[in-house]
Amino acid sequence: MVKASSTETSKEATIANELGLHARSASQVARLAAKARSNVWLCKGDHKADATSIMDVLTLECPKGTKLVVLIEDPEDNEILQQIVTLIESGFGE
Amino acid sequence: MSEALQKEETRLPGIDASPGICIGKAYLLDNEGVNIVERYPVAKGQLKNEQNRFKAAVKRAEKELQRVIQNTPEYLRQNTAILEAHLVLLKDKMLYGKTLEAIEKEGINAEWALKMVVTQARNMFASMEDAYFRERVSDIIHVSDRILQNLMGSKPVDIGAIDKRVILVARDLSPAETSQIHLERVKGFVTDLGGKASHTSIIARTLEIPAVQGVGDATRKICTDDLIIVDGIEGVVILHPEESTLVEYSEREVEFARRKATLARLSHRPARTRDGIDIKVMGNIELPEEVVSVLDHGGDGIGLYRTEFQYLSRPFFPTEEELFDRYCDVVEVMAGLPVTIRTLDINGDKALANGGVPGAGEVNPALGLRGIRYCLKKTEVFRTQLRAILRAAAFGPIRVLFPMIATLEEVVEAKRCLREAAESLEKEGTEHGADVSVGVMIEVPSAVITAEALAERVDFFSIGTNDLIQYSLAIDRGNREVMHLFQPLDPAILRLLKITADAAKAGGIPLYMCGEMASYPIHLPVLIGLGIQELSMNPQAIPAVKNTLRALDTRQSRDFLEELLKQRSANAAYGLLAEAYGKLVEERSFPTEEEIG
Repeated sequence: MVKASSTETSKEATIANELGLHARSASQVARLAAKARSNVWLCKGDHKADATSIMDVLTLECPKGTKLVVLIEDPEDNEILQQIVTLIESGFGE
Repeated sequence: MSEALQKEETRLPGIDASPGICIGKAYLLDNEGVNIVERYPVAKGQLKNEQNRFKAAVKRAEKELQRVIQNTPEYLRQNTAILEAHLVLLKDKMLYGKTLEAIEKEGINAEWALKMVVTQARNMFASMEDAYFRERVSDIIHVSDRILQNLMGSKPVDIGAIDKRVILVARDLSPAETSQIHLERVKGFVTDLGGKASHTSIIARTLEIPAVQGVGDATRKICTDDLIIVDGIEGVVILHPEESTLVEYSEREVEFARRKATLARLSHRPARTRDGIDIKVMGNIELPEEVVSVLDHGGDGIGLYRTEFQYLSRPFFPTEEELFDRYCDVVEVMAGLPVTIRTLDINGDKALANGGVPGAGEVNPALGLRGIRYCLKKTEVFRTQLRAILRAAAFGPIRVLFPMIATLEEVVEAKRCLREAAESLEKEGTEHGADVSVGVMIEVPSAVITAEALAERVDFFSIGTNDLIQYSLAIDRGNREVMHLFQPLDPAILRLLKITADAAKAGGIPLYMCGEMASYPIHLPVLIGLGIQELSMNPQAIPAVKNTLRALDTRQSRDFLEELLKQRSANAAYGLLAEAYGKLVEERSFPTEEEIG
C-alpha cells in the first residue's frame, strides 16, 4: 500500500442479498469506487480485491452472509466508503 | 496411388445437420480442440496501433450494448441491469487494462492478448468452490466475445477475413470444445459423428453455419487445406470438387444467401393470412443463447423453452436462484413478448448425472418415469423450478407448459403444485408474477382422447408432434427399421389433431403447436385449417413459415382439411397436399427478389 496506515479507513459490511456479489452488484460497487480519489479495496480474509474491477471482486467469491472489509486509502474518500457499505448492507436493492 | 487419383472429386454423404452451403478450405481439428484465434507478433513500432485497434473494438462493443439497453422498453429497464454490468466490465482493469498491457509486453496481436487474459480468468473461476460463482465467468466470456467480434471482421466486406475463415473438420465436438472455438472464424462444420440433435448441430443452426454430421470417416479422408464443399441442405460433403461442381455450388451458395436475406427482411412483419388472421410464429429454444436468434428471425415469442439443459451433466440440481437467473435472461431479452417455459421433461436420452438418474436403468424410458410423472414424484425438484418460473414472471409474460400429460389427475396435481409454489412466495413476500397462464403438452394419445376434459382445466394446449406420432404409431424414430413410418400426415395423426382442435374450440382455449411438424411450410395449410393460432419452431424456420402463411387463407384451408381427412394413407394425403399447395409453398418459402417486389 502506498499510503501510511494512519490515513486508511475501513469499515465492515456483510453481504445481505440472496445472490451475493455477482456481476450486477459488483458493477454497482465498481461505479461508486471509480469516483474515489485513491484506491478502494474489498477484503475478505487475506484476499483483497480492487473495488473498481468487477472481475477482481467476482473472484473474491462472496455469497450471502460473507463479511467484507471495505478499505480506502484517502480520507477524502470517506463518503464513498459509507456509500459502498450502505449499498452492500441494503442488499443492492434486490 | 497417383496424384491424379488422390485429387478425384469425392462425395461424402452425411446428415444435414444445419442448412446452407459453403465452399472453402478444410481445417482439421485435433483432439485437443484447436482455437481458431490466431497469434501473430506485432512490431514494436506498431504496438500503439494494435492497442488502439483494441480500444476501438471495445468502444464499438460499448455502443452496441448501449443500443441494446436503449432499445429496451422503459418498463423492462430493470432487467437490463446485467447489460449495464457488462458495460462496466468492458472497461474493467482486469480485462481492458490487462489486455492492453499484454499487447505491449508480449508484442502480440490484440485477439491473442485478450484470449490470454480471458483464459487466465477462466482458470481462476474454474478453481472456485461455489458453483454459482464459478458460473459467473460466463459474464466475462460474453463481454470478451463481444470485443472479439468487433476485433475480427464484422466488417461487411473484408476479403482478407473471409479468406481466413475455415471449415472445421473434426471427429466430434463436445460442448466444451465448441465453446472454445471462435465461431466467427468458422464457416462450416463437418464431423464424423453426431446428428441433428447434437450440440454442434444446435450451435451451427443457431449461428446459421452449414453443417454436415455423421459422415463417418471425414477426418480420415480430408486433410487441412483441402478444398471442400459443405452442402448442409442435402447433407453431403464434396472433397476436391471439379471446376464444374464448384461453379454449380457457388451459384447455389449465392442463391441460398440471397433468398435467406430476402426472407429475413420480411420476417419482422406479422404473419397475416390472406383473410386477415394473424398467426403467431414463435421460436423453440433450449439454450438461453438461442433467444437472440428467435428475435433475429422475427419470432413473435418463445413457444417452447426446453429447460432440461440446466439439469444435465452436473453433480447437483440447479438452485432456484440459478434457474430464476436463466429464466430472467430469456424474459429480459424477449422484452415483453410471451415466453412459454416447459417444466422439466427428462427422458431416456437425456439422463441426469445425479444419483437418482431418471430414465437410466429403465427398460423402456420413453414409457417410463419422465416429464410430469417425474416432477410429481420428485415434488421438491418441481417446486424449485415452479418457484423460479413464478418469480421470473414478475419481469414479463410467462406461460407454464406441463409435458407428458396423460391423465386429468396429473393436470390437477401439477396445478396444485403451482398454486402451492405461488402461496409460498406470497407468504415470504417474494416478488412473483400473479398471472401465469397454464397449458399442457398434447403428446400422449390419452391426452387427445380426453382433451375435452383437459380443456376445462387449462388455459391452452400445445401439441408436441414428435412424441404424439411416436406414441400413436408406436414408432421409435431413432430406429432405422421403422423410421419410414414416422408420418405426420398419417390418417391416424390427422384425426388426433382434429380431435384436439375440436376440444380446444369447445373449451374456448387457444391451440398451439410446438412440434417439428410446424416447421415445414408444406404442413401449414393443414395446421391453420385446424385453427391453430400459434406455431413454434426452431428459429431458423420462422422466416419461411411466416412468408408461406401470408399466402394462405384459413377458410380455404379448413375446406381442404376436410378433403385431407378423407384420405386413407399418409402417401395419399401428401399427394393431395403437394398437388394443391406444393408450388405455392415452394415459391413462398424460397422466394426470389422479384416475387417479393
